[in-house]
Amino acid sequence: MKARIHITLKQGVLDPQGKAISHALEALGFSGVDGVRQGKYIEIDLQEDDGEAARASVDAMCAKLLANTVIEDYSIEIES
Amino acid sequence: MKAAVIVFPGSNCDRDVAVALEQSMGHAPDMVWHRDTHLGAYDLIVVPGGFSYGDYLRSGAIAAHSPVMREVAGRAKDGTPVLGICNGFQILIETGLLPGALMRNASLKFICRDVLLRVETSTSPFTGAYDKGDVLRIPIAHHDGNYFADDATLDRLESEDRVALRYCDQQGKLTPEANPNGSARSIAGILNEGRNVLGLMPHPERLADALLGGNDGRAMFDGLVEACAA
Repeated sequence: MKARIHITLKQGVLDPQGKAISHALEALGFSGVDGVRQGKYIEIDLQEDDGEAARASVDAMCAKLLANTVIEDYSIEIES
Repeated sequence: MKAAVIVFPGSNCDRDVAVALEQSMGHAPDMVWHRDTHLGAYDLIVVPGGFSYGDYLRSGAIAAHSPVMREVAGRAKDGTPVLGICNGFQILIETGLLPGALMRNASLKFICRDVLLRVETSTSPFTGAYDKGDVLRIPIAHHDGNYFADDATLDRLESEDRVALRYCDQQGKLTPEANPNGSARSIAGILNEGRNVLGLMPHPERLADALLGGNDGRAMFDGLVEACAA
C-alpha cells in the first residue's frame, strides 16, 4: 500500500513562506489569491495489506517523527 | 569536571564549543559520536550547533531520534546540565526536553550576525555568572530560530522564570527591530522545568575569547564550571 501524507502549518501559526509566495503571485499578476499555505508532501510505500492497520501505523509515524504537532497538522491518504 | 560534546553528521560548532569548554575547564571535553548508545558519566553535556543530517525533514528532527539522544534525554531527566546551542536547541525541542518549536525566521533569510541579548534570569547553572538585566553581544547564525509556543506555554515559561535570554536593543529594551527572527516575546533561550537544560539560538562559544572580537559568551562556560564544582 501507499500512504500519501500532507503536512501543513496549523491555522493560526504564521506561515512566512506562504505569505512570500502569495506576494510573489500577486506581483506576477495573479489576482484573486486569498491566501497561501505551504507544506510538505511525503509518500511512503508500506508492506501492510490492511488499510486500517496501515493508517494507524502512518498516524504513529506522523505523530512521532514526520510532523511537529506543536505547529503542524497532517492528513493521510491510504491507497491500495 | 567531565563534559561531553555530542557530534552528529553535519555538526559544525562542535570544535568551537570544545575550545570554549577547554578554556574554562582547563582540559578538553570528550567528543561523543551520535551512534554511541552508552554515554559515560558526565557533569555537562553539550549539543552543539550545525546542520545535523542536513536539516532534513525539520531542523533537529532526525538527530532527536539518534541513539545517543535517548541517553542524553535520560541524563537530562536525572538532572545533568544539558546545553543546546542553535541546532542543539532545535534538537532538544524535537526530543521534547524543551517546549515549543523553532520555525523559519520571519524574514525567511539565514541570519548571521551579532545580536544583543538580555539576561532574564541568573538562577541556572548556565547563567549564574551573569546578572539579571546584563546585556550581552553574542552572534546568531540560523535559518530556523523563530521561537513559537502557544500563549499558555509562553505564560508558563515566564511565570516559572524559565526564559533565560531575550533579544534586546543596546538599552536592554525589547523592540521588534531588536528581534532578529520574529521569536515570540523576543525569546532567545529557555530552560526546562528542572532548570538543568538550556536551549538557545545564539552562539556563546563564538565570542568566548577576546581574540575573536568579544568574550561575552565566556561567562556561560565559566559559570558552568563553577556550578559543577559547587
